[in-house]
Amino acid sequence: MTGRTKARVATGASAGWVNLLNFGMLGASMEPNAAGELAIEFCAVSYVLPGGQQLLSGLDLKVQRGETLVLLGRSGSGKTTTLKLINRLLSPSHGEVRVNGKSISQGEVIRLRRSIGYVIQDVGLFPHYTVEQNIGLVPKIEGWSSERIRSRTQELLQLVGLEAQLASRYPHQLSGGQRQRVGVARALAADPAILLMDEPFGALDPLTRDELQREFLSLQQGLSKTVVFVTHDLREALRLGSRIALMEAGQLVTVLSPREFLRSTVPLAAAYVKAFGDGPSVAAHRGDS
Amino acid sequence: MNVFQFILQNHGEVLELTLEHLWMVSVSTLFAVVIGIPLGIVIAHRPVLNKAVLAGANIIQTIPSLALFGFLLPVPWLGDRADRLAILALTLYALLPVIRGTFSGIRGVDASVIEAGRGMGLTERQLLLQVELPLAVSVILSGVRVAVVISVGLATIAAAIGAGGLGEFIFRGLAMVNNQLILAGAIPAALMALLADFSLGWLERRLQPR
Ligand SMILES: Nc1ncnc2c1ncn2[C@@H]1O[C@H](COP(=O)(O)OP(=O)(O)O)[C@@H](O)[C@H]1O
Ligand SMILES: [Mg+2]
Repeated sequence: MTGRTKARVATGASAGWVNLLNFGMLGASMEPNAAGELAIEFCAVSYVLPGGQQLLSGLDLKVQRGETLVLLGRSGSGKTTTLKLINRLLSPSHGEVRVNGKSISQGEVIRLRRSIGYVIQDVGLFPHYTVEQNIGLVPKIEGWSSERIRSRTQELLQLVGLEAQLASRYPHQLSGGQRQRVGVARALAADPAILLMDEPFGALDPLTRDELQREFLSLQQGLSKTVVFVTHDLREALRLGSRIALMEAGQLVTVLSPREFLRSTVPLAAAYVKAFGDGPSVAAHRGDS
Repeated sequence: MNVFQFILQNHGEVLELTLEHLWMVSVSTLFAVVIGIPLGIVIAHRPVLNKAVLAGANIIQTIPSLALFGFLLPVPWLGDRADRLAILALTLYALLPVIRGTFSGIRGVDASVIEAGRGMGLTERQLLLQVELPLAVSVILSGVRVAVVISVGLATIAAAIGAGGLGEFIFRGLAMVNNQLILAGAIPAALMALLADFSLGWLERRLQPR
């Protein structure tokens, strides 16, 4: 490759990213705000498996109320482990996780989990329950009346862009995108202030993923939940995150806004930008010369 | 005289032995279900225990049935009545399929479904009753079905220790070298096994989660 083509590739890539940023609601979005309250806080958290394997070490991380913090990192970097420490599916070996200022190891685990929505890549809808029963399970356990559950289900289906008559369908009668939407609706059912999303759109085809990302943004604009969103896709991170926490080998490398990320000189961040930028532009110039 | 004429002529005794047979099979299945399902649930959640329990149930299964009936004969309260003894032996044999069915039914529930349920704040009990058991029920039932079919066959041997049942005809027929007598015991037993297999199989399909 000649010097000139290299330069052209680089320009093409960065122009693409700027466009991507402008599509999102990111421009003026939430920078970490010293006055803003903390929703989630990791204080020197480590997680070690019983066998001695260290999955996370010395994690310090603050999530502002109302922001979408993206955990970005390659597969195996510890993103899922980090997320599961927030709803106590795992407990830290060292350090402390705080939610709304309180150490979560003190409180009751079931209460904590019901106050946090959880969406995973495999969705995990209950196959023996209809869409409405899936969405209404926790509200039902919490003693809501069936009319209230029904109207909440309808409200949520609309919110995630699904037709009302899908309420009586079973998960196997839905498409992948519809299932993931139901997963989001189920997580939102009891109106939690915090939402944890573990590669929620990772298994979808690119067009459906794009659609769900767009809907996520408009949803989040209306709801202003505190979201911790896991992805290995830089494009998704830039589009959805107010800040991006970059992880590698069980450690937090850096936390940057999407704009900062694109200009970052942190080697790993720069490598991400290069790797993701190269794809389309290299393809665009294939067969040139 | 063919076997059907024989059955018609002796319908009183055939009915009595069939009921005895049914009694032994039902009670032992009930015991196996009451013990085996909770045990299967426990070992599905405690990987440390599952090898030991399944191995134990497996070993019982390998003891020849006549020998097991014989071993139990000297046990004080049990040996008093042959049908108690037969029911105990049948229960022991039925445990393995019931435990294994429960274990694999619950283990077979999609991990992501469990994780989602736990993550949204279901208690372990709610997870078991609302998610794991409903999703495992058809596999559990298939274990029960296997247990019943095995029991119907094994219960014929209970006649050897005087516990009655359709085995009476079979043993009498063997002693007298009378095929009709053997068939008079074997045919109702086979029908019972087929009926149990069919009806439990039907239920299993009905309860199959989508
Ligand atoms: N229970 C476990 N036993 C063994 N290794 C595990 C376990 N859970 C996670 N790991 C390992 O820990 C590392 C981090 O996992 P994870 O947090 O799931 O990463 P990510 O979500 O970023 O892909 C991976 O290498 C994974 O294989
Ligand atoms: Mg992961």
